[in-house]
Amino acid sequence: AEVEETLKRIQAHKGVIATMVVNAEGIPIRTTLDNSTTVQYAGLLHQLTMKARSTVRDIDPQNDLTFLRIRSKKHEIMIAPDKEYLLIVVQNPCE
Amino acid sequence: MEIIYVYTRKRSEFGRPCSFSDRPATVNVDIPPDPSMARDFILRNPVDSSVQHTSDMSEHEVNTERVEVESRGVNHVEGGWPKDINPQEMEQTIRFRKKVEKDENYINTIMHLGTLMEHCVKQNNAINIYEEYFEEEEMAEGEDGPPSAKTINVISKLTPFFDVLLSKRDPNVIKRTATHLSWHPDTCRKLAVAYSSLEFQQNAKDMSFDSYIWDLENSNRPELVLKPSSPLVSLEYNPKDSHVLVGGCYNGQMAYWDTRKGGLPVEVSTVEVSHRDPVYGAIWLQSKTGTECFSASTDGQVLWWDIRKLAEPTESLVLDITRKGFLENALGAISLEFEPTMPTKFMVGTEQGIIISCNRKAKTPPEKISSTYSSHVGPVYALARNPFYPKVFLSVGDWTARIWSEETKESPIMWTKCHLSYLTDGCWSTMRPSVFFTTRSDGTLDVWDFLFKQNDPSLSLKVCNEPLSSLRLQDNGCIVGCGSKLGTVTLLEISSGLCTLQRNEKTLATAMFERETKREKILEARHREMRLKERAKSEGQATEVEETFPEDPQEVLDRTRQEFFEVIEAEMRRRTRAEA
Repeated sequence: AEVEETLKRIQAHKGVIATMVVNAEGIPIRTTLDNSTTVQYAGLLHQLTMKARSTVRDIDPQNDLTFLRIRSKKHEIMIAPDKEYLLIVVQNPCE
Repeated sequence: MEIIYVYTRKRSEFGRPCSFSDRPATVNVDIPPDPSMARDFILRNPVDSSVQHTSDMSEHEVNTERVEVESRGVNHVEGGWPKDINPQEMEQTIRFRKKVEKDENYINTIMHLGTLMEHCVKQNNAINIYEEYFEEEEMAEGEDGPPSAKTINVISKLTPFFDVLLSKRDPNVIKRTATHLSWHPDTCRKLAVAYSSLEFQQNAKDMSFDSYIWDLENSNRPELVLKPSSPLVSLEYNPKDSHVLVGGCYNGQMAYWDTRKGGLPVEVSTVEVSHRDPVYGAIWLQSKTGTECFSASTDGQVLWWDIRKLAEPTESLVLDITRKGFLENALGAISLEFEPTMPTKFMVGTEQGIIISCNRKAKTPPEKISSTYSSHVGPVYALARNPFYPKVFLSVGDWTARIWSEETKESPIMWTKCHLSYLTDGCWSTMRPSVFFTTRSDGTLDVWDFLFKQNDPSLSLKVCNEPLSSLRLQDNGCIVGCGSKLGTVTLLEISSGLCTLQRNEKTLATAMFERETKREKILEARHREMRLKERAKSEGQATEVEETFPEDPQEVLDRTRQEFFEVIEAEMRRRTRAEA
């Protein structure tokens, strides 16, 4: 219930295009996009997060990845990683 | 002395196995030394002998194999589901999802991540970190350093492309000249190149007729192969419709392609009404339908076509400067020039070195030829109007490049020095009014900036070892493509100093052109006067010619010396008078 609320709140923010929750195997648990796009995002971003995390830890083993932001021409993809799940939000920053 | 040893064998004994046997050595010839020759022996003292003490070096070259890359797509299918769940089944997946959502770990994680994410989302909405904050403080444009150019891409026809198709025959190694380049009008990432062999009667039997459209992203394989019935000499994109191209063939026909329809021409003009010689110039016209073009060839004709109906030309003009319309007197055309801003006029450069300026709207064919300029000693390979000053045009031929103004017909207003090699092509820069490019037959590309320096090119680049045959500047003015005799197309990016407009450049260039035009006009007027005087003199007084016999140079010298001293003395007298 609180989960629902949190996700709904995030989705309601200005400029947010999509919100997704993906588990460690790349299975989308919650998503506001259609299935094929979600599957694509899930697969690709999961790998990217793994790579980013290993990079951070390689440089400093005490360190860990907390947040990943990818800014592209059209929008910004924000990924909040966790051991088991990934929360992905695609937002269009207002400019 | 000749030593001859003869082996004989009977015919019947041929083919018999040889039985070799050993025998001791026998002396065949014995040449004893001849003491009388010792007298002719000259002892040499000192003897020159060279000794070198350097380390042995060897030269090696290594070049990596060119890797051919191809883009392929991968289809990502759903995966990751646990073994017992079938991803296609909606019920199973929904059940799985609901199960996960009930998990406590999930709830905690999402709460935590949710707060984190919200923070960032709000941050994004609050301030745009990539905004341009200090726009007013941009510094003034300084000198960009010496002009330079870099090669960004070299497109050469690679034989492996043909290996696939002709695996049993020899791959196509016959190199053809890149005779014409045309940039795609909108994207500027595609280049259409016409390949043909312009050597007289050198067409080998299995020379390929194809011409290619290259995409700059992928210089290994052409994007599209155009397959005409005879090699293309000129090729142009339609500026209005970027899918349509018109090409002029080596045998005189005209063909047009639609890139959406593939590599075979959509329509080809009939042989009887086409040109009789290679079509050296084919340019699209400005028309409402966007389907009109015209072509010129060395058979002396200029034909207008509508590509919807290539069965016969809509109009034709014979380049006979005596204005009688005889094909026998016609001059062969090598280059064609058309400026969309002046739709009724066009210019033709001929093999004989004369530039003909024509008016399309004239009522009778003889009046179509409005004026001629006798420009070069050899064929006029390129004609181009200055995009900023349409009255000024550039002609390239023999060993020089000349700039003409339409008003002065006798001589160019400016010209470059004579080079050591032929100039093969030239064009103006689309960005700067005083910059133009020329290519030479020793493989050099010259960039001239006439406001800056008129004796030498501002930049001279050796592009390749073989002659360069064609040149084309992209519309943005920064990238220039040149085609060579062996079919290699090189793309160069010129430094920004040569393609950005300087501050006063337009006014200075206008002033320069006007000044030179005025000078030429004055010279022309003077010449005319002198000619009239000569004619009047020779007609009227034939007897008075004897009176003006040439003066003895010694007399002239004495006279001038006397005058000089008189002037000096007069000056000295004036000074003494002033002092007193």
